[in-house]
Amino acid sequence: MKNYEMVIGLEVHVELATKTKIFCGCTTQFGGLPNTHCCPVCMGMPGTLPVLNKKVVEFAVAAGLALGCEITRHCRFDRKNYFYPDIPKAYQISQLYLPICRNGGIEIETDTGKKRIGIHEIHMEEDAGKLVHDPWEDCTLVDYNRCGVPLIEIVSEPDMRSADEVIAYLEKLRLILKYLGVSDCKMQEGSLRADINLSVREVGAAAFGTRTEMKNMNSFKAIVRAIEGECKRQIEVLSNGGKVIQETRRWDENKDTSFAMRSKEDAQDYRYFPEPDLVPLVIDEDWLTRIKLREPELRDAKMKRYMEEFDIPAYDAAILTGAKRMADIFEETVAICGKPKEVSNWLMVETMRLLKETETDAEELALAPEKLAALIGMVDAGKINRTVAKEVFGKIFMEDADPEEYVKEKGLTMLQDDGLLREALSRVLAANKQSVADFLGGKDRAFGFLVGQMMKELKGKADPGMVNALLRDALASYQK
Amino acid sequence: MTITDETITYVAALTKLSLSAQEQEKAKEDLGRILGYIDTMNELVTDGVEPMSHVISLQNVFREDEVTNKEERENLLSNAPAKKDGAFLVPKTVE
Amino acid sequence: MDITKLTALELGRQIRAGGVSVREAVEAHLAVIREKENDYHCYITVRKEEALSRADAVQEGILSGQYTSPLAGVPVAVKDNICTKAVRTTCASKILGDFVPPYDAAVVERLTAAGMVMLGKTNMDEFAMGSTTETSYFGVTKNPWDITRVPGGSSGGSAAAVAAGEAGIALGSDTGGSIRQPSAFCGVTGIKPTYGTVSRYGLIAYASSLDGIGPVGKDVADCAALLSLISGGDRRDSTSVPQDRFDYMGALKGDVRGMRIGIPKGYFQAGLDAQVADAVLAAAKVLKEKGALLSEFDLDAVDYAVPAYYVIASAEASSNLSRYDGVKYGFCAPDHKDLQEMYKRTRTEGFGDEVKRRMMIGAFVLSSGYYDAYYNKALKVRALIRQSFDRAFENCDLILGPTAPTTAMKLGESLSDPLKMYLGDIYTVAVNLAGLPAISLPCGCDDQGLPIGLQLIGKPFGERDILRAAYCYEQETGGAFCGRC
Repeated sequence: MKNYEMVIGLEVHVELATKTKIFCGCTTQFGGLPNTHCCPVCMGMPGTLPVLNKKVVEFAVAAGLALGCEITRHCRFDRKNYFYPDIPKAYQISQLYLPICRNGGIEIETDTGKKRIGIHEIHMEEDAGKLVHDPWEDCTLVDYNRCGVPLIEIVSEPDMRSADEVIAYLEKLRLILKYLGVSDCKMQEGSLRADINLSVREVGAAAFGTRTEMKNMNSFKAIVRAIEGECKRQIEVLSNGGKVIQETRRWDENKDTSFAMRSKEDAQDYRYFPEPDLVPLVIDEDWLTRIKLREPELRDAKMKRYMEEFDIPAYDAAILTGAKRMADIFEETVAICGKPKEVSNWLMVETMRLLKETETDAEELALAPEKLAALIGMVDAGKINRTVAKEVFGKIFMEDADPEEYVKEKGLTMLQDDGLLREALSRVLAANKQSVADFLGGKDRAFGFLVGQMMKELKGKADPGMVNALLRDALASYQK
Repeated sequence: MTITDETITYVAALTKLSLSAQEQEKAKEDLGRILGYIDTMNELVTDGVEPMSHVISLQNVFREDEVTNKEERENLLSNAPAKKDGAFLVPKTVE
Repeated sequence: MDITKLTALELGRQIRAGGVSVREAVEAHLAVIREKENDYHCYITVRKEEALSRADAVQEGILSGQYTSPLAGVPVAVKDNICTKAVRTTCASKILGDFVPPYDAAVVERLTAAGMVMLGKTNMDEFAMGSTTETSYFGVTKNPWDITRVPGGSSGGSAAAVAAGEAGIALGSDTGGSIRQPSAFCGVTGIKPTYGTVSRYGLIAYASSLDGIGPVGKDVADCAALLSLISGGDRRDSTSVPQDRFDYMGALKGDVRGMRIGIPKGYFQAGLDAQVADAVLAAAKVLKEKGALLSEFDLDAVDYAVPAYYVIASAEASSNLSRYDGVKYGFCAPDHKDLQEMYKRTRTEGFGDEVKRRMMIGAFVLSSGYYDAYYNKALKVRALIRQSFDRAFENCDLILGPTAPTTAMKLGESLSDPLKMYLGDIYTVAVNLAGLPAISLPCGCDDQGLPIGLQLIGKPFGERDILRAAYCYEQETGGAFCGRC
């Protein structure tokens, strides 16, 4: 049995977080009834013309700079011509000859170490509409709401050799793009889509094998499954003396496998040519500098700042900044309550635990900073104890519960009433004479038991500090 | 210039046209003559000339990222040959 | 007084002075349409009722001071490739036969804001591809000077309507000569402005880098007035040049003293009808007598303008016309069994022969393996043509020549031989490739009594130069040739 290795390159489509589409003033908002986020321009109606959204260029340049690319100072758009109902003009405005960014790369880290993944180019283009099968008519419904949403396509070099590297690359890419604010990178909503070009070759071979392209994976998990499956399939084909056919394959999530897409009736000849309706784009030094200056704080800077400004340990700072969403929640909560250590603690421990438990991606974390801040405030004010606080946090995390209302509703407020505490104390001391005697006889462990009994008696709502103090006082008086 | 049947079939496929046998012959002849005439461009030496895709010197024409359009589905669908539930209706595309 | 014989500016003056009501102006033109349209067929759509009710509204607007334009109240015809809200816009094609745009073209907004009254949409070659208006799905337009002849094209309906008094003035579009050549054939005046002067928003694209909208009128002043109205930057068209609206009327001085006029030697060689050559050279002499300085020169690369034009225009057309696929608007072939069949039948049944021919040429020159040899080569030839003009304009203010090599052909003569028809564009296409302004105006008739067109070409944004010379010539020779038929 020969040894094979995978060679993988990625084409990542990222929807940019602009308010409007790339060539018209329609909203890019996700969802909406079919064809309600459309106008004559994005529907390609006769006589209409595109006008470029400036923000798209700035986002593309910002992405290029953060991904170590050269910026093409004189670039332009081209038309890619093909027929399909999801592109209303029968051409997609894209960039072939002079893409806006070229020759970049990012460093990834996997179990096998650090590695640089090259980025061949980044180009700007418009997204297509959505086709939905209508089972009643056995027809397809066309919705152009997504049509014209700005995309950048990030084309990597074929530098990846494993699914691990692919995921590391995608995670790094996503983190950078999210920090830049150029995309929300939600795979479920299709704002980050990766097409995978994969081939296998014998270890040590210089030439690449024939590659296939896989589309339609909408989670990292699916990507891993698709890579593993396709690698296995190609090796089987080759081992059986067959040849891999260059083709596009579609991942079927339900069947957990990929299928060759029916080859289009005619040849793929996109007849690219310069888009005459848009004028050339010149990115001068001045503009480039302005875009650079506007670059938000990226992860490394943020980590450093957390360590310096909030005195957070390096390890914690790395976790807090490991997802843009997490860092945002951290900062927003700190801004409200002014307690970085407490906030960090809730995020590092309880949040991470619940994310793991619920198999939620940190970037999808839904946690209202004002609610977390309120919770911290309640603990701080001695209104609830830590045990109750954990329970309340769970409710905030899972159900977006309002902490104050929840505590009130469930009667979880810590007992501050001295009389109630003293009543409980006398009941506990009376019921546990043996333990009192044990303690007085020098068995320190009996103190913990008595505290536990107190808490039980008070249904967990007492301030442990107060319980401790009361109990100590009472026992001391016995000793006397 | 001689245009082959394959070429005509190819460009007809690219432009989504069907040609009868007679139209195919006529297209072969017409395109052959027209492209033959177009080939006279080759008499002109164009080495080192920058191709001119845009005739005006305008560059960097933009719009700001502001929502200016309102919902107008009714208008946009008013010319549709086939529609259903606010969407255009086409023959099945899903594989 | 025959209202339909007045120039648009004169009619506008009388309307504002109260001598003619807008309704009278509209009714007079509708009467000519009623009388002559069966013979000429200038229009695809006539909006009789709408024009009359609009006339009354405009009349009020003039009285209230809302409309002050010199063309307020003037009945105008619009070429049927310019989108008009709620008015069918067909491009003279079956494939857009029932298309009703939900928006107005930028130029139509301008006409409306000025208080002009649209009478209807004029006939044209299908998608503006042709030089005779014979490729229209809605039938041919005939030349009002001789109904056995073509009106030229592709804006044949607009030129014929103005010549016949079926419209006071009209809008056309010019991609390779489509305003100038029919203006020449019909004895009217037409301007193709500098690329970027008039917004293309709402002009249904044939070849985006060459297309332009311009006026067709009874004389130079009418064209200058309409051009003033429609020119100026538009944020919806990225290729429109941001500039204040130009007032071209100031260029109409009746004097050309010291203007340098270049005459390309190559324009007067084989292929040019001798009577056309004589008339054009006689016109040059008139301008010389008025003080212009004439010189001859070589416009070398321009010899290759026709092939370069057909490559570029066809390439862009093949892409622009791909959107007509039966999904969103227009004709869709019934009873298709699947998507591919729907595409093919819709497009095969929906487009005419000339359009199909150009789409196939366009797909070919862009296709893998031929892009460099054809499309990119043509873009380089285009660059050389522009350079050639730039050099010429170092020594002259405008270039004078014929608009077309002959006068109007007999109906049916050109259709059989597309290549021959393409060669008829020899004097006009270079102007589009270089993005220059040019005017065609009448400069006499041949022995058949058919009008001959004089073409004046200006430097980029040199509309004033060509208007000044054209107006001077017109004044000197006794005004327009309109109203002869």
